Amino acid sequence: MTNIVRPPTNESATPKDPSSDEEFYTWTGKARRWVLKTLPPDKLLPETQPSYVASWVYVFGMGAIASLVVIIVSGVVLSLNGPSWWHVSSLGHFVNSTHLWSVEFFFLFMVVHLWGKFWMASWRGGRLLTWITGVVAFAASIGAAFTGYLLQTNFESQWISFTAKDVVNATGIGAWFNLANVGQMFMWHIFLLPLAVAAIVAMHVLLVRVHGVVSPIDAAETDTQLRDATFPQHYDKEDK
Amino acid sequence: MSKTTSPMSWRTGSGLAGKPWKGAKREYDLFKELTVGVIVVTLLVIAVAAAFSSPDDKSVSLKSWATSQPGDFVATATSELGYTSVTAGYGPPYNSTTGATQTIGPLDLQSLSGVRIPIDTAKDFVIDPLSTLPNPPAAVATWTAASSKQQTAWTDAYGKALGKTKGNDPAAVASGNYGPVPKLTDSLLTMAKQGSLDSVLQAGGSFYNFDYTRSVLFLGDGAYFNDLAASLHLTGDQWGMINGIGNYPGQSWLWLFSLFYQVEPFKSLPNADLVIILIVAALTLVLMIVPLVPGLRDLPRLIPIHRLIWKDYYKRR
Repeated sequence: MTNIVRPPTNESATPKDPSSDEEFYTWTGKARRWVLKTLPPDKLLPETQPSYVASWVYVFGMGAIASLVVIIVSGVVLSLNGPSWWHVSSLGHFVNSTHLWSVEFFFLFMVVHLWGKFWMASWRGGRLLTWITGVVAFAASIGAAFTGYLLQTNFESQWISFTAKDVVNATGIGAWFNLANVGQMFMWHIFLLPLAVAAIVAMHVLLVRVHGVVSPIDAAETDTQLRDATFPQHYDKEDK
Repeated sequence: MSKTTSPMSWRTGSGLAGKPWKGAKREYDLFKELTVGVIVVTLLVIAVAAAFSSPDDKSVSLKSWATSQPGDFVATATSELGYTSVTAGYGPPYNSTTGATQTIGPLDLQSLSGVRIPIDTAKDFVIDPLSTLPNPPAAVATWTAASSKQQTAWTDAYGKALGKTKGNDPAAVASGNYGPVPKLTDSLLTMAKQGSLDSVLQAGGSFYNFDYTRSVLFLGDGAYFNDLAASLHLTGDQWGMINGIGNYPGQSWLWLFSLFYQVEPFKSLPNADLVIILIVAALTLVLMIVPLVPGLRDLPRLIPIHRLIWKDYYKRR
């Protein structure tokens, strides 16, 4: 049965704040209310950060994302030209090199980011899922990188497919994750695993935006930077 | 009565970490940071790629194996015919060899899949490829007609005779009752040298092929492939996959996984692969649940590296 939706009256024609307590009856409306309440635009795309976000260690998370962008762009160029292109073209070989090195930087930045977040105990204050998605992103990235090594179509990929099969077979998944099946590995490497990594990283970033950057360990309400802020907020440009 | 939450807990609790920050703020431009980040990393990657390039050692083939080490090729083909090769006795997912799987007590994950990629080494690696020749050698028919007991006796005798020669040289084998085995392996060697075995083994008579399982397993049963990998420091006991070719970095993020293959008692275990992957999986799980583990989650407070990270904040408390 179709519900008839009445045309808006003068009162309801006035735009309302979607995150307000207004009643929503449709799944879509409820979803919109939840999204806007959980992650309003000013939290999603902030123009300020807490004053304590002032260390080089904060750069590495963004460095990892920037590396992921370079990985995806170089990977798309490689896949558009096919898996053998880089063996016969100097440009292809260079693009392959950028793909390799962006992966190396990606992991380097991710590891520094992970250690930094560990020493900051960044899971505090309801950020458990942020931590877990970060670790899952790291694990999924290892799988994505591993399948990339299998697609080199050279001696190294031949050898890795041979020697690593024992681990995969020992876990019982070798029948469906057959390292020597290039067609299968191609699908994992250029579609399934990048999709997984991108989705988990996106979730991780959104969770960071939802909860904000964790405050310093031992920070207290009596700290100067909290007391001063009871007056109009100041923008500490010296830290930039 | 409210329950006190540890300041290092992941729970929201009543501490500052669980509340929106009401203190001093600083300007921040998310898009600008992302743009600058992508530009900097792109330039960095281009510079390193231009300076160091990337390794690309040509793949080997059954042809290159047969040409450079014919003795090893013939010895391996004999072991495939006699079902004494590593692949022949591997177990699931290739075949159902009893007791071949890696297990921990009753845990036998390898057997769960069953034989999903069936490989009969004598048939798939030797007899079927030879049968695709325009004029298959008569030895194929002789072999096929013989009993398995007779086939085993032939391959066993020929394998031993080959082992007594220098470099498994078929020409130096003493005379004996080897049945059709010398002719079969010699014909396969010729086929491999001509390059036709590569395509027959990979495609199995089809036009398309994406699956190199048979070729890789056959290559791996011989010494040629393994020796090449060892010379490039790629084998498991040489830190395996975290080593790249030459001086290139490999998958260095697998260092912990590779570490176990270098130390006793793990490296000598018959079920090393299963034990090590389960340990690494367990450690990954621990990393994932660090926030839930008292003691582990308290390390950042006990070892105050955060004092360095937030030194500006602490200085102006």
